[in-house]
Amino acid sequence: MKPKLALYWASSCGGCEIAVVDIEAKILDVADFFDIVFWPCIMDFKYKDVEAMPDGDITLTLFNGAIRTSENEYLAKLLRAKSKVMVAFGSCAYEGCIPALANFYDKKKIFECNYINSPSLQESSKNVFPQTHTQMPEGEIEIPEFWNTVKSLDQVVDVDYYVPGCPPQSTQIIAVVEAVIDILKNGKPLPPKGTILGAGEKTICEECTRERKEKKIKKFYRPQEIIPNPDECLLDQGIVCMGPATRSGCDALCIKANMGCRGCYGPPPNVLDQGAKMVSALSSVIDSTDPKEVRDIIKTIADPLGTFYRFSMAHSIFHRVQKMEEEEK
Amino acid sequence: MERSIRMVTVNIDGKKIEVAEDTTILKAAEAAGIWIPSMCYSDLLEPYGVCRLCSVEVIRGKRSRIVTACNYPVREGLTVNTNSDKVKWIRKILMELMYSRWPNVPVVKEMAERLEVTKPRFVSLERDESENACILCGNCVNICRDVVKASVLSFEGIGIERKVVLPFNEQSETCISCGACAYVCPTGHIKIKSLETERGALQDFYLGPKSAINIPTLQAVPRVPVIDKNSCIKMQTGGCGICSEFCEPGAINYEMKDEEVDIEVGQILVTTGFNLFDPQQIPQYGYGRLDNVYNSLDFEFMLNSTGPTGGTIQCKDGSEPRAVGIIHCVGSRDENYKKYCSRVCCMYALKFAHLVKDRTKAEVYQFYIDMRAFGKGYEEFYKRLLDEGVNMIRGKVAEITEESYNGNKPHLLVKCEDTLIGKFREIPVDMVILCPAIEPAQDAAKIKKILSISQSPDKFFLERHPKLDPISTMTDGIFIAGCAQGPKDIPDSVAQASAAAARILSLISLGEVSVDPIKANVIEEFCSGCRICNNLCPYTAISFLEDKKISDINEMLCKGCGTCVAACPASAITGKGFTDEQILAELEGLLTV
Repeated sequence: MKPKLALYWASSCGGCEIAVVDIEAKILDVADFFDIVFWPCIMDFKYKDVEAMPDGDITLTLFNGAIRTSENEYLAKLLRAKSKVMVAFGSCAYEGCIPALANFYDKKKIFECNYINSPSLQESSKNVFPQTHTQMPEGEIEIPEFWNTVKSLDQVVDVDYYVPGCPPQSTQIIAVVEAVIDILKNGKPLPPKGTILGAGEKTICEECTRERKEKKIKKFYRPQEIIPNPDECLLDQGIVCMGPATRSGCDALCIKANMGCRGCYGPPPNVLDQGAKMVSALSSVIDSTDPKEVRDIIKTIADPLGTFYRFSMAHSIFHRVQKMEEEEK
Repeated sequence: MERSIRMVTVNIDGKKIEVAEDTTILKAAEAAGIWIPSMCYSDLLEPYGVCRLCSVEVIRGKRSRIVTACNYPVREGLTVNTNSDKVKWIRKILMELMYSRWPNVPVVKEMAERLEVTKPRFVSLERDESENACILCGNCVNICRDVVKASVLSFEGIGIERKVVLPFNEQSETCISCGACAYVCPTGHIKIKSLETERGALQDFYLGPKSAINIPTLQAVPRVPVIDKNSCIKMQTGGCGICSEFCEPGAINYEMKDEEVDIEVGQILVTTGFNLFDPQQIPQYGYGRLDNVYNSLDFEFMLNSTGPTGGTIQCKDGSEPRAVGIIHCVGSRDENYKKYCSRVCCMYALKFAHLVKDRTKAEVYQFYIDMRAFGKGYEEFYKRLLDEGVNMIRGKVAEITEESYNGNKPHLLVKCEDTLIGKFREIPVDMVILCPAIEPAQDAAKIKKILSISQSPDKFFLERHPKLDPISTMTDGIFIAGCAQGPKDIPDSVAQASAAAARILSLISLGEVSVDPIKANVIEEFCSGCRICNNLCPYTAISFLEDKKISDINEMLCKGCGTCVAACPASAITGKGFTDEQILAELEGLLTV
């Protein structure tokens, strides 16, 4: 009997699904080796199909997307119960990613923004909030509940492995797929629980070929403000590049396109909080001792929180910005 | 190979003279005490023979010819007539021609008088009435080309249109402003203007131009002349080199260069001293703008018996001042400049007052904020000054201006508020001495970086402890003393330096030192060489290994401060005994209680 494979997308953009398909001909090996039992994005499966499976029936689940709604959490828990190996696939499942930037606000603020203040709302639609239960002539409609805080997958269920990246690079996915097939085919031991798969063990700087110098930063530039020298370290040129505080694995993709690393591969092996590390590092290389000037230089960093915690907000040590009076359930 | 000098005998005006072969007639005649007129000759230059005034008649055998004495070398048996009728006739015509063209140039007039030319017979088309007209002797062109080797000046035109010009008649970049052309100009047609005095800048106590070779001060040790390489022609263009010709022992060496010498030491005592605050930053005090406003070092120089005035106190015009104002706290104890007290000024200001009283009959006014006579014997000295009749005015000076009443020579007016009588006062004086703040040496920041020591907010070097350890720094083996650590007077500097020397000796006698075990180290497998830490180490313990492309910490230099540990974005640097895991475990332990 073939091993069973499930893929699911929770709160995500769908990029991870595309990345899986992006492994080109290798997808045939996957389809050949595995029995795909659940992949709603690609094939028509129903939740009840999964619910009907015995516990631990699925060999491997690649779960992408953050936990935003009650439905996300239900599926996470369901798939966990039915799977032998649960992988947080992609940055959203691993550490919250872009959906978790909503953790700067709470449900109330987000709803106010979307259902009261949004300029695209028609006058008649204003102040209409989504309800979890709505009585209609045809019967009751139930939609998932929107939660205050976005969580990463491992904040909801037990996760065995992580594959970082937004999305994970196809080369890395191929490597992971090959490793998994190898393990299952040849009965090799599994890597220790919690291992980060499909990534390097150093930082992006290891993969970056630009020339780095001793850093001294007088002003931070946004990418549109200067044309960076393609041979010189972007950070040396004043462009915020998360490379030094980001795990290697993507082969410095953005940097090769003359853009600063955004940090989607998450914290390097030894680091607990990627954003805090980057703040600490950058504040060390600001080229001034005058407190006022230092403040002025720091002000040239646009959206510091969104820059340093773009991918790791949910998984960071502060998890969310506003303290909630009562977290639901 | 040196050529042996052959002596020859020549006959000049009937005198038999023995000179070295190839000496010019002019020089040979000079040795014999015979005067030959010349307008263009200079010892510094190859003879050019352009004025022709030195024309003499030489007779060899039966032939006689007219030659220029300045560049005609003598040979055995040469007979020279410097005063024959033919020579006289030629000289007269030459002199008349020159005199008619430049009637008012002193050197021409003088020469004409000497040659008894009173009224030229000719009328020059190019007649130039000015006293410093260019007489086309060519000395400037020659010295610029042959000695200075800059070849900036040259002749233009021929005949009566000949003149000395700059290339394209524009200021030349090749000119090194050596002034040689002005020096050899016999008429003063070429002048050197000092831009420095024109701008009113008072770079140093201005004593007139220095030559390129000088003895820096009379107290210099060793007391030997040095060459200022920025002024020396030889070092700028490779020309000149005249001084080496004059120096008999051959002591002049142009090849000597500043050299860097590496000396391995175990401990360093930093005594880099201080800078004097530049009073030009306080323009209302007029330093550098008004005559007779000096700073304390200028005045100290004047008091020096080997100084420019031989120790007499005098105004710029040489007169003795009738009243002298001494202004305290110029730049110190001032919110706009230096907030600290410079400590030494009160006492040297009192010393100045005493010396002015001692050497002149001038009234002395001290303008002070607080009199800080804090040292041993200092208060007594202050009392003594009061007895000597020095006027003490407590108040900060607002402005110093130059005033002149009823056409008398101008004097200075010191305007201030006398806070003890509560009145605004204007005190007329002839001389003002400013007592500027002591400020950290201008390159203190550089030294700080080289030695990995710290500066306090006032930018003086920071001691380990202000009371208990004022001589050592946070870096082991580096000690500080004197004004590098903060303003202090001579006794305090000596005491601090002695203490530092004793501390250094005690460590030397120990032979070995123990170091703190708390160090940071790089975990190679995590370091990707982002180089964020490279610039941070206050002890310069971090270097970048180009071959491995990672950063490295020198454990002997590391003081375990943790700056790099916090900065490392990959957490590849950890502090021994203070790893992240240890600290987090400690926090967890604390919070679970």
